[in-house]
Amino acid sequence: MKSAVIVFPGSNCDRDMAVALEKITGHKPLMVWHQDYDFDTVDFIALPGGFSYGDYLRCGAMSARSHIMKEVVKRANDGVPTFGVCNGFQILTETGVLPGALMRNAGLHFVCKDVELTVENNGTMFTSGYEAGSSITVPVAHHDGNYFADKETLDRIEGEGQVAFKYGENINGAQRQIAGVTNAKGNVLGMMPHPERMIEPALGGSDGRVLFESVMNSLG
Amino acid sequence: MKARIHVTLKNGVLDPQGKAIEHALSNMGFDGVDEARQGKYIELDLSETDRAKAEAAVEEMCRKLIANTVIENYSIELE
Repeated sequence: MKSAVIVFPGSNCDRDMAVALEKITGHKPLMVWHQDYDFDTVDFIALPGGFSYGDYLRCGAMSARSHIMKEVVKRANDGVPTFGVCNGFQILTETGVLPGALMRNAGLHFVCKDVELTVENNGTMFTSGYEAGSSITVPVAHHDGNYFADKETLDRIEGEGQVAFKYGENINGAQRQIAGVTNAKGNVLGMMPHPERMIEPALGGSDGRVLFESVMNSLG
Repeated sequence: MKARIHVTLKNGVLDPQGKAIEHALSNMGFDGVDEARQGKYIELDLSETDRAKAEAAVEEMCRKLIANTVIENYSIELE
């Protein structure tokens, strides 16, 4: 699986993502700078965590309007598997590729710890390796992970299986404890927790690895 | 021409920072604040001199970048 990691000024999980992708896929990902307009064809695009553009205006707002995101959005809409973690999730909601928005945590604190997630839908290309309803452990590290969408949108995405993960407990005020959502087509996933930081026992667990393996298996 | 833009959270969207301001004011002894909502104020200096054109341009800027209409409302004043 050939992959690309998009790097913005202020990304700080780009290397974590690159290490995880190389270990799991056996191939070094392309590192693509935000000012580029284009990059080689890849099977998988990752938007890493961090504080791109210093979270100016709103988290992910500036990055969502960068040159490279025009290309990423185009490919995501064309069906290329695209995965945003933390700041990457915020960027994907800011582009409108994913529904909703990420707001300041309800408790106003930066939350940094391992959390339990429930796999809400294992019918997606990102979650097929998990058992439906199972509980997995993945770390979070965010200040703005409070997922918001209006009631109609929440009902729709829940009804259509677009909610991939929920938090086991309320950690940030997210509506319906939503931790990760996909687009309607199911080829784009955004989530606040960091599966790339949980890919082997030395890191505290391997629950995150399954997500990347699921994508690989779906690509055959 | 100057554009003054206020961006506020929509009604019904929880504003934890506004809540913190409200509690701090109450703790400081300022009574009678029923609610505090925090927003943003952005000022633009525009070279456009035609009011209608300026208004249309700023409206588009708000929709495309300055506000996230999933959670925020905006209002524009031109002068």
